[in-house]
Amino acid sequence: MSNPQLLVHDHEDNVGVVVVENLAAGTDMLCVVTADNSDFRLTAKADIQIGHKVALKPLKAGDTVMKYGEDIGKMVGDAEVGAHVHTHNCKTKRW
Amino acid sequence: MALDISNTTVSAWRRENGRVGVRNHVVILPVDDISNAACEAVANNVKGTLAIPHAYGRLQFGEDLDLHFRTIIGTGANPNVAAVVVIGIEPEWTKVIVDGIARTGKPVTGFSIEQKGDFETIRQASWQAKEYVHWATELQKEDCPISELWVSTKCGESDTTTGLSSCPTVGNMYDKLLPHGLYGCFGETSEITGAEHICEKRAATPEAAAKFKKIWQAYSDDVIFAHQTDDLSDSQPTKGNILGGLTTIEEKALGNLEKIGKKSSYIDAMGPAEAPSKGPGLYFMDSSSAAAECVTLMAAGGYVIHTFPTGQGNVVGNPIVPVIKISGNPRTLRTMSEHIDVDVTGVLSREQTIDEAGDALIDMIVRTANGRATAAEALGHREFSMTKLYRSA
Repeated sequence: MSNPQLLVHDHEDNVGVVVVENLAAGTDMLCVVTADNSDFRLTAKADIQIGHKVALKPLKAGDTVMKYGEDIGKMVGDAEVGAHVHTHNCKTKRW
Repeated sequence: MALDISNTTVSAWRRENGRVGVRNHVVILPVDDISNAACEAVANNVKGTLAIPHAYGRLQFGEDLDLHFRTIIGTGANPNVAAVVVIGIEPEWTKVIVDGIARTGKPVTGFSIEQKGDFETIRQASWQAKEYVHWATELQKEDCPISELWVSTKCGESDTTTGLSSCPTVGNMYDKLLPHGLYGCFGETSEITGAEHICEKRAATPEAAAKFKKIWQAYSDDVIFAHQTDDLSDSQPTKGNILGGLTTIEEKALGNLEKIGKKSSYIDAMGPAEAPSKGPGLYFMDSSSAAAECVTLMAAGGYVIHTFPTGQGNVVGNPIVPVIKISGNPRTLRTMSEHIDVDVTGVLSREQTIDEAGDALIDMIVRTANGRATAAEALGHREFSMTKLYRSA
């Protein structure tokens, strides 16, 4: 398998993590789900830094963000598939 | 080929109390902040000694004083330390520290400054320190099973790559070594927030789960909610975490917990700087998520090697405990590789499995125990930070 651009922990997740530097908008990313090494493809909608998250599904404000198969917070803005998910559109439910 | 853990040994020092140490420091230990100068002067006079200056030790009381004593005594008592010279401003608290360290059976002598001054104290303490250096440098190492090591963990400058690579590498190491009798330790009370329900389930017994929950709840109520202004989003996750792509405390906590592996469960939840008392296994320690404070507390608890996953590149070290840095972030390896001991970037590129990464970490633990200087040791990182519970009198 060639090197993936995006890793996803779990099949229940709706975000994945960019694992390469200099990812440019429009890249057709190889995405691997680490739980079982299955893969799929997704197009990045923005230049997204290594370590930052990408929406795997269309996300609306109020939606729960899933990673590790767990609730990691809520959307406070919308994100289309392939868009950047971070502090500008996602927030903790704790504080 | 699978590692043969039961036949893996390290060449290390067996101390008077039977514990195994991987370093052989002669430490010059101040009881209080105002004795730092004398300790540093002794360490300057006598090569091969190590002064551990710190910021506190005067006018503390109650639980905060107990923690101070436990941290200083635990540091001197750590098996990585061969012998200790203790210096304090007055004799009574100096004796508390000396007596605490002496319970291990190791050589320890205390000196106090009042009615002597720095010059005379430094003269007397230097003679004693020189004797200890001669004695310690003749101690011979012996082959000890790897399972006799006490190995702690805490991650720092985490990002999303730590949860994918370096933290599960530590978890894999624990899953392999704990069944052989290793002592393990994780902590970072505030950083469990968001995954406390999962952490509770990873306790080996209902008692351990209840102790963990009580510690976590007390920190949440007495510290976070008592002192918050808006929320903790400005410090948990940290600015470094956020630059690395971590968005929420829940996300950070889930990555953090990857360090205890898939199978391991903790047998007890301890207070800060406490020594484990329920035999071999994994322990939770109530501790700050700040790197130097946390590693200092775990070293005081008796742990002799620290495994430290980092994403964005935390550079922390400890005076007496080798801190092994593990990173899977290719940008960090490209820009600051001098700080990293174990490169697990292959986990992200899918060229290395977590199982292989865990074996690479165990190999580095063996090499470090045998004497390899860690990146933090080579670069002179000796951060020693006391945890303070409240203001002094």
